[in-house]
Amino acid sequence: MRDPSTILISIVLPIILLFLYGYGVSLDLDHLRIGLVMEDTAPDAQTLTKSFTDSRYFDVTIVRNRRELIDPITRGGIRGFVVIPSYFSDFRNRRGTTAPIQAIADGSETNTANFFQYYVQGAFANWLTQEAISDNLRGLPRVDVQTRVWYNEQLESRYFLLSGSLAIIMTLIGTLLTALVVSREWERGTMEALIATPVKTGEIIIGKVIPYFLLAQLSMVICVAVSVFIFGLPFRGSVLMLFVVTTAFLFSALGLGLTISTLCKSQALAYQIALVAGFLPAFILSGFLFEIFSMPVWIQMITYIIPARYFVQCLQTLFLVGNVWPLLLWNLVPMFLIGSLFFMITKYKTVKLL
Amino acid sequence: MIRRILALIWKEILAVMRDPKSRMSILLPPVIQLLIFTKAMTLDVKNVPIGILNRDNGEQAFELVQRFRGSPFFNRIVHLTSVEEIASFIDNQKGVMVVSIDEQFSRNLNSNRPAVVQLILDGRKSNTAQIVSGYSSTIIQRFNMDFAVKAGIRQQNAVLVPRFWYNPNVLFTWYNIPSLVCTLTMLACLVVTTQSVSRERELGTFDQLLVSPLVIPEILIGKTIPGILVGMLEGSLLLGLGILIFQVPFTGSLLLFFLSQFVFVCAISGIGLFISSLCSTQQQAMLGTFIFIMPSVLLSGFATPIENMPSWLQPITYLIPLRYMLVNTKGIFLKAMPAHIVLNNVWPMAIIAVFTLTVSAIFFRRRFQ
Repeated sequence: MRDPSTILISIVLPIILLFLYGYGVSLDLDHLRIGLVMEDTAPDAQTLTKSFTDSRYFDVTIVRNRRELIDPITRGGIRGFVVIPSYFSDFRNRRGTTAPIQAIADGSETNTANFFQYYVQGAFANWLTQEAISDNLRGLPRVDVQTRVWYNEQLESRYFLLSGSLAIIMTLIGTLLTALVVSREWERGTMEALIATPVKTGEIIIGKVIPYFLLAQLSMVICVAVSVFIFGLPFRGSVLMLFVVTTAFLFSALGLGLTISTLCKSQALAYQIALVAGFLPAFILSGFLFEIFSMPVWIQMITYIIPARYFVQCLQTLFLVGNVWPLLLWNLVPMFLIGSLFFMITKYKTVKLL
Repeated sequence: MIRRILALIWKEILAVMRDPKSRMSILLPPVIQLLIFTKAMTLDVKNVPIGILNRDNGEQAFELVQRFRGSPFFNRIVHLTSVEEIASFIDNQKGVMVVSIDEQFSRNLNSNRPAVVQLILDGRKSNTAQIVSGYSSTIIQRFNMDFAVKAGIRQQNAVLVPRFWYNPNVLFTWYNIPSLVCTLTMLACLVVTTQSVSRERELGTFDQLLVSPLVIPEILIGKTIPGILVGMLEGSLLLGLGILIFQVPFTGSLLLFFLSQFVFVCAISGIGLFISSLCSTQQQAMLGTFIFIMPSVLLSGFATPIENMPSWLQPITYLIPLRYMLVNTKGIFLKAMPAHIVLNNVWPMAIIAVFTLTVSAIFFRRRFQ
């Protein structure tokens, strides 16, 4: 506790990270900057333009010539543009022809490009419906789509990103901090001194783990408080269950940290391995930002041994849904198994070394 | 003076390369990371598990279900049998979406009344949910159009033609590889620079350097150049892998790429030196590096676009070199970005480089006088 870097990792870093995830990481596109090329100015084209400018998803720049948009799209100033060609209303009002509207997305921002196309499609469909009403065309659209999003009605990406990011923060404290501090003790030789005393190995391990466990729980409390009171995250599960789930996860994360420090015994190496084996998988393979089912099968297999995967699912459920018993209980089992494995390795290795 | 600097650079390179562990830790992880991250870090949505509840036995509903089954996007479809199953299906995350078709569906359609399809989505995954619902709407719209044609109803004769420039098939790899090339280069360069100073500090050999005939600017140059070399090497290696193995097209000018790469790497080693001028132990340097890396990766536009961030946060991203380099790398890879736009992103990095190098020189001098 006396070392300032411990406080830094366990209190300051989580809060910084939480603010970064809360404000910085967002997948919600509210103001997509797009261009609109109006080569045609007939009433049809005007109403179509209006349906784009009225959409809350777009910030529209209207130009007359598509060349004016080449520079902004290369620079990244706009993410795509819509072209209403000069023959648009001509074609629309003539029998036997169909008026095309081009929607061009900047494919180098792949996710944004997909959203651009969906939003453009939405605005276009709205326009079609309105035109159908004003033209008294009956029966369009044939099938109405009613979309219901459960547990996150406004589709705020912050809700799931923040609850998932708690898993990353806990990995950081559980694994990185433990690995660093315990490997420093090995490096300085104080660990050997401790082992030479009559205290049993198991007791030493427990003694080493308890302070970090408490520290991590403390920072979990701070993080949950910040998420709920500052970021307005709903919490629909039970606090007791959150404690149980966190304990199970910390059991495995601390176990990993201890194992790393016992095997490496040097700070530099422990740091690197803790990053590669603890932090990066928690970030990339836990499913908190990147969907696990979209990954190749061999990577999906790897995610099963990553405790953060189960923890992320539990957290998102506890925050947004509530107590879904089958899901929570089934996720507890692998975390305990992985944790026990790590503690066994640590105990075995510590004994053997003497 | 040149000879002294060269000697120091040579010593640094030896220090990094002599130790097999650190030699491996510089070359191997970025390559493995490139391979795994490219496949795993994908916001692409495919193989989505969904549920379908079809309570209608009519022909139209069957037709619509078949269209969902035929889509390559959804290849794991569970058929639900009752409304009660929906809640537990979504709650336990067996799937992201349930398509619910009611009993009246075919009857309504056949008698020219609007029919309703409900999409129930899991809000715990809002990004995926939106993509999946967008995709489902496309399927249903096409169903509508075909149905209208079959029924002989007059159509609106306007059609939307979607196109994707620079990445016609919307491959996420094409986005990932250029971004990872510069992010991983940044990591390697930063680690080499900060570690080389803090290790010497801890071992006490840094004081020996200070009493040697080298003056402080020379030491700084000698400490920066290995980081720059590692960064350039790393960048070229990853560039080669991206082009040759992942087949990402490189449409722009190689010269412009290396120019901005060079300025970028200079800025990063400047930051590395700055961090290590503040730290006195290896552990502090590692934490310092980590504290720098987290926000710069998260706020650079790599994970999520900058324009999604709140407007007060966006100016902060101007301080992050990676932000400019990401735009340049992606632009040069995919868009054949012209020189004036590339240079527009280069000068902010140059300013960061000059500033951090000067400040760390001042800090070092103050510390050792």
